Amino acid sequence: MESIAALEARWPTLIEGLQMTLLVGLVSLALAVVFGLLAAWAKLSSVRPIVFAADTYTTVIRGVPELVLILLIYYGVPTLLQSTVRQWGPGFADFRLDLDPFAAGTITLGFIYGAFAAEVFRGAYLAVPRGQIEAAVASGMSRVLLFRRILFPQMLRFALPGLGNVWMVLIKATALMSVIQLEELMRKAEIAAGATRMPFTFFLAAALLFLAITAVSVVVQGRLERWANRGVRQA
Amino acid sequence: MNFEIVWDSLPRFLSGAVLTVEITFISLAIGLILAIPLAILRVSRNPLVSLPVQGFTFFFRGTPLLVQLFLVYYGAGQFSDTLRTLGLWFLFRDPWFCGVLTLTLNTAAYTCEILRGGIQAVPHGEVEAARAFGMSGSKLYRRIILPKAARIALPAYSNEVIFLLQATSLVSLITLMDITGVASRVAARSFAFYELYLTAAVFYLVIVYGLQGLFRRIERRLSGHLRDRPLEEPSVPRG
Repeated sequence: MESIAALEARWPTLIEGLQMTLLVGLVSLALAVVFGLLAAWAKLSSVRPIVFAADTYTTVIRGVPELVLILLIYYGVPTLLQSTVRQWGPGFADFRLDLDPFAAGTITLGFIYGAFAAEVFRGAYLAVPRGQIEAAVASGMSRVLLFRRILFPQMLRFALPGLGNVWMVLIKATALMSVIQLEELMRKAEIAAGATRMPFTFFLAAALLFLAITAVSVVVQGRLERWANRGVRQA
Repeated sequence: MNFEIVWDSLPRFLSGAVLTVEITFISLAIGLILAIPLAILRVSRNPLVSLPVQGFTFFFRGTPLLVQLFLVYYGAGQFSDTLRTLGLWFLFRDPWFCGVLTLTLNTAAYTCEILRGGIQAVPHGEVEAARAFGMSGSKLYRRIILPKAARIALPAYSNEVIFLLQATSLVSLITLMDITGVASRVAARSFAFYELYLTAAVFYLVIVYGLQGLFRRIERRLSGHLRDRPLEEPSVPRG
């Protein structure tokens, strides 16, 4: 029962970690939605180079492990910039650049899951019946009004299940941020495990907290989908 | 750009790639063998049978792989005395064993749910027809349900293979020298971070596209006469 005492003593740090995990997850999700919408728009564009760039982005990102991308961005980008800037002359010899783990982590996760969100948004756009768009144009709606009244509400409905999946995977991927020393749930569990020599206790606690996030997310996703589908007749 | 270091470490990357592929396929093979009976239990109408399996898949699909990996590899240390008396300590001290064990259980959980989807998508008429011919139990599963479910589940399973391959990169965090492990080790000494991690990324891309091509050929061969609609599975990797 040492475990329980140790857990009780360190519980507040785990909760701090949990809050950081949720914050990183939500910021990354917001970034993923932005990257995803941009890439989906690019994929549906009729300009060849734009389509090619978006296709390259989504295929390359999905073929490389998240861990490698995180390490590449967190360690690779600063060293690349440093060596480039230092070549400018002796005045730049002391140039140093360190990325903030939070910024590096959320941008990387947003960038990675943007590639998955892009497919979700593209599918959602294509799922809106063409006739409705034609009807909206025929009734004289401007492009903004068309997007706001016809496209967006329906895209939301079609995109929610896919976005829910992206969120579930993304929140689990935040555990990788512990590798770049961001003090989220996994990192806090690691610190506690090292200090108390009870790795099983603390990693199990972290696992159960992640499980709780997953369980709550499933419920919230169900509610959101019901809300987005209001007004749709169902069998 | 320091290409010399990349060139010099290519042999180490190649042996890393061998380890990555080895771990992927061993985990996939054992995971699949576990997943088939689990999926059959999972579709049982008796909750006493299906609930434990549901709990297993919920845990392994609902928590990060990194947590699972550390729970097994570092967590075992908390029970080292017990494991020593059981004579199992030599296994749990070994990062290769812990990595393969975790990845196997993880892929078994995902594969179990993929197969469940496949089994539930088998048209009921086929099952009825088989029953009318007097097939039941294991024969019904062996001859009708499993072959059909396998064909339906193949596209989703090929995604699972790709994601497991990428997920093996986490074993570098428990000291194994897979592709990512080699990149990290060499980078820590040479500070050539972006060159080495880019090389690692290229290695993964090559293996991923090789596997995708292979699966496309298998799928075409298996479904040439049927052209079933592929099972919709979320095409996102795990964290």
